[in-house]
Amino acid sequence: MKISKEEVFHVAKLARLNLTDSEAEKLSIDMESIIGFADKLNELDTEGVVPTAHAIPVSNAFREDEVVPSYENELIIQNAPHAEDGCFVVPRVVE
Amino acid sequence: MNYETVIGLEIHAELATKTKIYCGCKNEFGGEPNTHTCPVCTGMPGSLPVLNKKVVDYAICAGLAMNCEITRYGKQDRKNYFYPDLPKAYQISQFDLPVCHDGYVDIEVDGKTKRIGITRIHIEEDAGKLIHDDYSGTSLVDYNRCGVPLIEIVTEPDIRSSEEAKIFLDTLKSILEYTEVSDCKMQEGSLRCDVNVSIRPEGETEFGTRCEMKNVNSFSAAVRSMDYEVKRQIEIVEAGGEIVQETRRWDDTKGVSVLMRTKEDAHDYRYFPEPDLLPIIISDEWIEAVRSRLPELPAERRARYINEYGLTEYDASVITTSKKTSDYFEECVKSGCDPKSASNWLMGDITRYLNEKELEPSDIPFTAKQLASLLSLIQKGTISNSAAKKVLVKMFEEPDDPEKLVEKLGLVQVSDEGALKQMVDDVLAANPQSIVDYKAGRDRAIGFLVGQIMKASKGKANPQMINKLLKEALDNM
Amino acid sequence: MKFYELTAHEVRDLIKNKEASSVEVTKSVLERIDAVEDKIESYVTVLKDEAIAQAEKVDKKIASGEETGALAGVPMALKDNMCTKNILTTCSSKMLYNFKPPYNATVAEKLQKSDAVLVGKANMDEFAMGSSTENSYFKKTKNPYDLTKVPGGSSGGSAACVAADEAIFSLGSDTGGSIRQPAAFCGCVGLKPTYGAVSRFGLIAFASSLDQIGPMTKDVEDCALILNEIVGHDKNDSTSVKREYPDFTKALTGDVSDIKIGVPDEYFGEGINCEVKDAVLGAVKNLENSGAKADSCALPLNEYALPAYYMISSAEASSNLARFDGVKYGFRAEKFENLIDLYAQTRSEGFGDEVKRRIMIGTYALSSGYYDAYYKKAQQVRTLVMQDFEKAFEKYDCLITPTAPMTAFGIGEKTSDPLQMYLADICTVSVNIAGLPAIVIPCGYDKCGMPIGVQIIGKPFGEADILRTAHLLEKTITKIRPNL
Repeated sequence: MKISKEEVFHVAKLARLNLTDSEAEKLSIDMESIIGFADKLNELDTEGVVPTAHAIPVSNAFREDEVVPSYENELIIQNAPHAEDGCFVVPRVVE
Repeated sequence: MNYETVIGLEIHAELATKTKIYCGCKNEFGGEPNTHTCPVCTGMPGSLPVLNKKVVDYAICAGLAMNCEITRYGKQDRKNYFYPDLPKAYQISQFDLPVCHDGYVDIEVDGKTKRIGITRIHIEEDAGKLIHDDYSGTSLVDYNRCGVPLIEIVTEPDIRSSEEAKIFLDTLKSILEYTEVSDCKMQEGSLRCDVNVSIRPEGETEFGTRCEMKNVNSFSAAVRSMDYEVKRQIEIVEAGGEIVQETRRWDDTKGVSVLMRTKEDAHDYRYFPEPDLLPIIISDEWIEAVRSRLPELPAERRARYINEYGLTEYDASVITTSKKTSDYFEECVKSGCDPKSASNWLMGDITRYLNEKELEPSDIPFTAKQLASLLSLIQKGTISNSAAKKVLVKMFEEPDDPEKLVEKLGLVQVSDEGALKQMVDDVLAANPQSIVDYKAGRDRAIGFLVGQIMKASKGKANPQMINKLLKEALDNM
Repeated sequence: MKFYELTAHEVRDLIKNKEASSVEVTKSVLERIDAVEDKIESYVTVLKDEAIAQAEKVDKKIASGEETGALAGVPMALKDNMCTKNILTTCSSKMLYNFKPPYNATVAEKLQKSDAVLVGKANMDEFAMGSSTENSYFKKTKNPYDLTKVPGGSSGGSAACVAADEAIFSLGSDTGGSIRQPAAFCGCVGLKPTYGAVSRFGLIAFASSLDQIGPMTKDVEDCALILNEIVGHDKNDSTSVKREYPDFTKALTGDVSDIKIGVPDEYFGEGINCEVKDAVLGAVKNLENSGAKADSCALPLNEYALPAYYMISSAEASSNLARFDGVKYGFRAEKFENLIDLYAQTRSEGFGDEVKRRIMIGTYALSSGYYDAYYKKAQQVRTLVMQDFEKAFEKYDCLITPTAPMTAFGIGEKTSDPLQMYLADICTVSVNIAGLPAIVIPCGYDKCGMPIGVQIIGKPFGEADILRTAHLLEKTITKIRPNL
């Protein structure tokens, strides 16, 4: 599996990572070897095999529609790098 | 060339649960920023979602009301994208196994029934709100709405005009209201839609390339955006151009749509099964339990009003569109009102008043019983129709029993024959020319004279009696 | 008496019998930390004052005759990916260098109810990604048996602090071997419970469908004791399983005559160090001598578990770690041009290389065009691996394997080639893929004196059986303490 530097940059964009050229270079080598290792999976015939998302076969975990007190605003924003008026602050979003 | 419009809709409706979809925070509009929040709905590290059972209940309910198949083995998926209103950087939604699929809604277009296919209904969480501050160049993030449960209803591309779309949306809204799945408060954004529009030459069977319109915040805006988009696409095609698949944002104040992104920059959402949540297995018993609680739906009610109350199809449709209005109407009838006049008043003066003041049917401040007594006052001849209109306005302003308001306003109709005869004699004495006109065969004269009496009596004279007495007096002259 | 050298059940008994106070034991552990922490570097945060205050509270409770929890007064450590209310919880990442959660993880809450005393938050590989604890943003933890060697990972701090007597016990988390491999490297006992047995609420997720919290202890009895305290359904974790959990300490009967052991050939092939192989097979022999039946068996799909694991865990991680964007908590880059740049710059500066690598692999595996080939394929292989185990468990009560192909390796030895580092997880990941319980205990030492760990894998919710087997096996092994 060949993974080009362009592909690495594309994936980095999806993952919101800024990469330098040399980082991308190194990643393309690492990813090629790891994804290449994953190509081993193709040795197995999985036609018709149901994918497993959870190892334990359980279902229907619900909560009732009952109100639980919310947290104080202070506790919600206490870790924010930048907060104002009880809100998280980000650079102006351009839509 | 003539073109056919093809429209498909994606409607997001906020569910009327008490709490959010994955945590116990209140599902409530407004509030100080970030006060209806907890570690779960603000995506704090280590927090985990637990699905509110009522959300599935409501989704099944909406699905049954829209004739859908219910998915017996469903799951939830993560839709990954970065945006400040999405604290986990993924939205928990459903990808390939939505709660409901393959249903339909029948709508009435020009007296004919048309069937609009429902592709799917899935559950998902709402995002937070951004408050933009141009002055400081920042946006403030409030997560109160984050995690409010939504259903997304996706239609087949079965709609052929913006008028049909509007009828469909109104029908859908009333279904959601009747089933009490959503409170459908438009001004609070609890119902929003995305619009997919394409055109094709009339007679063509292949679909054209579609464009998606986002940010459509009301049904009337939806209609405007569709009309705009159809026009835009026809212009492109007529000019020899080609429609490009893209997502556009509707700007309702400017009445235009602008390009948001093309197909090439379409998001790669990297959907995958949400590992923090388990499969949703829906049994027959569960479905039947929800079905047994389904209320009478608007279409059923409409049929009943026509058969039982003798309303016209049009009146029955209008009355049943809003559940609140329809419930109110039924209460009026139960209180002894004539269905026909109750529907006339509800569709006429009451709706007009509500529209003028931008109120909802639920804002009517007086009881159905009070409206029923008002109507019975007219029927008994205690007040005139026009006086009743005045009383109605008063009932909106200072809700009270109409009898009391009639007295307070001094609107009791004069039906005493003696007093009325006196008024007739007075007006005839004052208007000899009208007598001459009448005798000359000009019937209009009568109208003039009635008007004069009504004026003199400040509207309290019983108009039918006046008419009768005037005629008698003139004919005896 | 050196209190810090004691096990949890010994400390519990001393305190219960009023032969020692919790403050005395806690101070002894804190003094031990003072003495050796510079060398070992197990902790991101040591909570001296908080620990003594908590110990005093427990002592007061005991003095007043109030009922106390099963771990009353026992000093312990939590891996730094478990949320502790108002106490720094960093995941050993720059990204969370200042993060103080407003809430407790369910396990932290439970141990508080058991009256245990939290002495510190243990170092780890950043966001639990790694097998050596070299990926911590803060420090590199050393192996107490040889300070030039790694303690294993990702729960390297949790293992080293127990091995070096800096805590009586600790909790670790295990996504692909992160409890068991460091337990093996540091010569302590580590248990990864069945997926769903212990609540993950408040555990900062690496890979949600694989992560599980478990005890790291000085002996098997402690392991059962701690498991009793943390196990059980939690309404805040949808994936935690509602069922009756037994008293695991009662399972330690000393009788294994009914136990049928499978020894899968695939775990003893190429790449497995001979000393490791011999020690593990020796352990099987010891069990046979005690009456258990053992037989070689096959798990032919084991080699596919590793690539499947790396696809699934990286995919889930890429999504779980997307929330770290400099907006709500933790690190934010100082310089950025706009919102997207704020995200990208924060994430590029805040995450270490290994975390970025996994995010990249996971994003790739989920991205349009590759989902079916990698993510879906891996989930299908997961089904097959589970069926492999199911088949084996039709015949056997537990499976015995090495924990790692080798003993602890040198610091810096494997950092250059990520794939080589990943291959070190070959013996542990399939257990996570299948959601099974597995315990690791020391079963010998190599010629350099480094501990060798044996892994006993159980059926789903078969913790009692593997604890019983490990408990008996433990008695046949002479334990060597690290020389610090």
